[in-house]
Amino acid sequence: METRTGMEMKTEIKTSPDRKREFVCIVCPVGCSLIIDGEGESPRVSGNQCKRGEVYGKQEYLRPMRMVTSSVAVDGGAQPLCSVKTEREIDKAKIFEAIEAIRSMRVRAPVEIGQTIAQDIAGTGVRLIATTADAGRSHTA
Amino acid sequence: MECDVLIIGGGVIGCAIARELTRYNLSIAMAEAKDDVSAGASRANSAIVHAGYDAKPGSAMARLNVLGNDMYQNMCEELSVPFERIGSLVLAFGREEEKELERLLEQGVQNGVKNMELISLRRALELEPQLSREATGALWAPSAGITSPYQLTIALYENARANGLNAYFNAPVTSIAFESGGFSAMAGNNVIRASYIVNAAGIYADDIARLIGDDSFTISPRKGEYILMDHETADIRRVLFRVPSEFGKGVLVAPTVDRNAFVGPTAKDILDKDDTSTTYDGMRELRELGSRVVPSLDFRAQITAFSGLRAISSTGDFILRESGRSNRFIHAAGISSPGLTAAPAIAKEIAALLNERGLPIEPNAKFNPRRAAIERFADMTPQRRAAAIKENPQYGHVICRCETVTEAEIAQAVHRGARTLDGVKRRVRAGMGRCQGGFCAPRVMEIIARETGMPMETITKNGGASRLLIGKTR
Amino acid sequence: MERKADVVVIGAGPAGLAAGVAAADQGASVLILERDERAGGILRQCIHNGFGLHYFGEELTGPEYAARFIEQAEKRGAGMGRSSASFGAAGQSPATIEILSDTMALSLSPERIVTAVNGRDGEITVRAGAVVLAMGCRERTRGALGIAGTRPAGIYTAGAAQRLVNLEGYLPGRELVILGSGDIGLIMARRMTWEGASVKMVCELMPYSSGLNRNIVQCVRDYDIPLYFSTTVTRVHGRERVEGVTIADVDENRRPIPETERFVSCDTLLLSVGLLPENELTRGAGAEIDPVTGGAVVDERRQTSLPGVFACGNALQVHDLVDHVSREAETAGRYAAEFAASKTLLQSSRGADRLNMGKTRVIGSGGTRYVVPQIISESPSETVDLFFRVGEVFKPARLTVTSGGNIIASRRKRVMTPGEMENITIRTDQINGEINVHTQADAQ
Repeated sequence: METRTGMEMKTEIKTSPDRKREFVCIVCPVGCSLIIDGEGESPRVSGNQCKRGEVYGKQEYLRPMRMVTSSVAVDGGAQPLCSVKTEREIDKAKIFEAIEAIRSMRVRAPVEIGQTIAQDIAGTGVRLIATTADAGRSHTA
Repeated sequence: MECDVLIIGGGVIGCAIARELTRYNLSIAMAEAKDDVSAGASRANSAIVHAGYDAKPGSAMARLNVLGNDMYQNMCEELSVPFERIGSLVLAFGREEEKELERLLEQGVQNGVKNMELISLRRALELEPQLSREATGALWAPSAGITSPYQLTIALYENARANGLNAYFNAPVTSIAFESGGFSAMAGNNVIRASYIVNAAGIYADDIARLIGDDSFTISPRKGEYILMDHETADIRRVLFRVPSEFGKGVLVAPTVDRNAFVGPTAKDILDKDDTSTTYDGMRELRELGSRVVPSLDFRAQITAFSGLRAISSTGDFILRESGRSNRFIHAAGISSPGLTAAPAIAKEIAALLNERGLPIEPNAKFNPRRAAIERFADMTPQRRAAAIKENPQYGHVICRCETVTEAEIAQAVHRGARTLDGVKRRVRAGMGRCQGGFCAPRVMEIIARETGMPMETITKNGGASRLLIGKTR
Repeated sequence: MERKADVVVIGAGPAGLAAGVAAADQGASVLILERDERAGGILRQCIHNGFGLHYFGEELTGPEYAARFIEQAEKRGAGMGRSSASFGAAGQSPATIEILSDTMALSLSPERIVTAVNGRDGEITVRAGAVVLAMGCRERTRGALGIAGTRPAGIYTAGAAQRLVNLEGYLPGRELVILGSGDIGLIMARRMTWEGASVKMVCELMPYSSGLNRNIVQCVRDYDIPLYFSTTVTRVHGRERVEGVTIADVDENRRPIPETERFVSCDTLLLSVGLLPENELTRGAGAEIDPVTGGAVVDERRQTSLPGVFACGNALQVHDLVDHVSREAETAGRYAAEFAASKTLLQSSRGADRLNMGKTRVIGSGGTRYVVPQIISESPSETVDLFFRVGEVFKPARLTVTSGGNIIASRRKRVMTPGEMENITIRTDQINGEINVHTQADAQ
């Protein structure tokens, strides 16, 4: 019986000088260890057991992207905060810049789901949108 | 501030004495080191009102146990505190232990305990169907009971305050100076002048005695760990002891007045008077010993584990006397088990001692012995619920879902002085159930904040630096 | 106050909303009782993304996922539930949903009388044609785990901390140790990092995480937060506020190894160590409980051992994906409506006997920890989906379903983990006696 999956995950993600990098594939629960042998825009992926793993490995190697979800303060809201997300993934390197910007933002109720909170978050060109509606304080009994 | 009597310590003993003294025309002050009453041993003990066969005949423990037990029913009625005389069983496993039961019976008779009998396992099983079938006999003491030690302490305090007590919190007594006709004590930031002092400082009573140069006794902490179980996981009906043996002294299984079963206490002598931590060894011991008495105990239903410190006196008995340094300084010290049971009798004894030492006592005509409890939604009839909600819609808003505690009860707890999560919990049980406040703690904090004007971030678990939140994120 | 409804749903989280909508679509009048002031349940505080890929085919955040179902409920008449306007003529009202918020269900009787309370209407007694239990789950606490040490402020369950941070804007701590690497623990590691706190480590008792690989990578690895397997917290330190914890490696029996104990300073311990279905009402009514799931024993309609009382969502079994919750709740809601509509007829003809007819027990063996439904009654549909979890990691796994000893389904899976809820579809015409879902390791 095999119970060591997790232990395998313990292996650190290595950045070795010979351009090879190792990732845990996140596409499915199998969690293949992907080895990306990189050069330019067409790195070679090995260790994957399916096509999706290859796509993920390349993307993660070339340009890792992440969603950012958080919340912003609401003025006049029925709730103190309104949850928000980046409309799509942004560069992983931009996460903290985005988070910092979100922290100081305020929005005025009412807020609709999908409403633009910021047009371009942290210079990524991606919109920040509301994911919770808040009709405002006067609308609750 | 000047008063006739300063009581040091806001545990069950200090509060019982405070209430007793407010029966007379006296000005009474109480100084408590922590932020609330019932912060020490009174919040973490077995909650048993003992029958009284345990203590050595002739000791103050034996005498005041039996006296105190007699007073419980009336006291708890006056104060609206739960008390149930469910009786206790001491179980013997084998012939040797049965002999010990006979000794306990004889000791109980000497101490004046009524209606005890040695019974067969069959009879014991009728009284408590969950008992281990391996027991061979039992000592049945129907006068034993259970109460809620912190609710009692809070009720004693509230009643004393209603009758004129001045209480100081966050007021540890750090120095006591002799003055003509009494003392001047530094209690936190307060200077309190008192003609008499009663030392009811629990585990710190020896430290308080030393402030006036009295080192006639020491108090050492004995840790007792407990495991508390969820409601109705084991329907225990009686207080279940075992004959003291090498398998553990005094570990018992009993119901609480709120229908949680518990197992405890362990007994470990320690050095640190602040060490109320629990240990793996302690919990393991309790699981083993508890299962021996009640094999059906399911420890997966454990809600929490906690520990309390008994104040073990170097004299082996309660210390209820004046100090050798001053006959106006009265000790109510070394109150370990059966201290909770003895509390009302100790209070009377201390009042009598003060009177003997010259404190003039005349009845306080305005003394009202009654104190109303915060009405519990969970205990109301449907008719009463309807009326209560109509009067106060907060009674319809359940905050603590595990124990069905409403916003109205929590707000009243705050109005009566609770300022912390634990303060609310001990008054109305919010957060005491199976989720341990996971859902309701922030709601309770909001109510405390709203009712007192305190900012959320300053609210603590139990005073001092026990802040629950670090700050705001936005 | 006395009321009636065809279907009473307890809880307006994802399960209760989906059940209510499905019941209303069968023509039932639906009353949903919600203890919080808003509908949405736990999803309200799950502001991260990753929901809805199966159900909606797109990735949503928790509040967005909830909002879609709230919208469905509103289309069927649910105002935002603070009023308790009367329900129309009993029995013949058009299909409607009403959500009563801030309303706590207090008890349920086997005759489907629900009592509840709120500050507006006082105690409410509702005669329900059918009941759907959708109360969700709660988190295992430090007290239940029996972690030794002091009892200071600063010990939070991950969900409690999540609510404070995501909904209320409070920071519960600055330096954290997280115990438990399930998805909630991992997601809170990232959340607290994003909110400026320092997550010193995530400890996991088991030799593997029950969380998604995606969360291990994106919540922990991305921020260089150490994730220690086979490690637990053995002691809490600090008298007033947490000052640190002792952690230790555990042996193969998950017992801490004393020589490996080490102190980690922190001001907060977050616990993400298991979810427990909330079933106080279920137990109170006398429904049979599965000791493994902690939820009711149900048949394929999600009907409990009490006729007309159905259960779904995390109150029935702890799910990994809300998408599954929605589907399960729709099943419960649909059959609840059917029961409510037909019970008069049933009682006059075949009565309760029907419920005991043709029952087939469903069990798990090998690595299978449990299977839901636990019973198959007389299924009206051609297929039944069996949901289950395994107790350990299988890589790869062989899954075999037998009925009356005959193999009726078999499948090989590359990996099965305790963190994932599995399912397999069987054909009802092949049922011929007790059904057994067997999991074992398969040859590489």
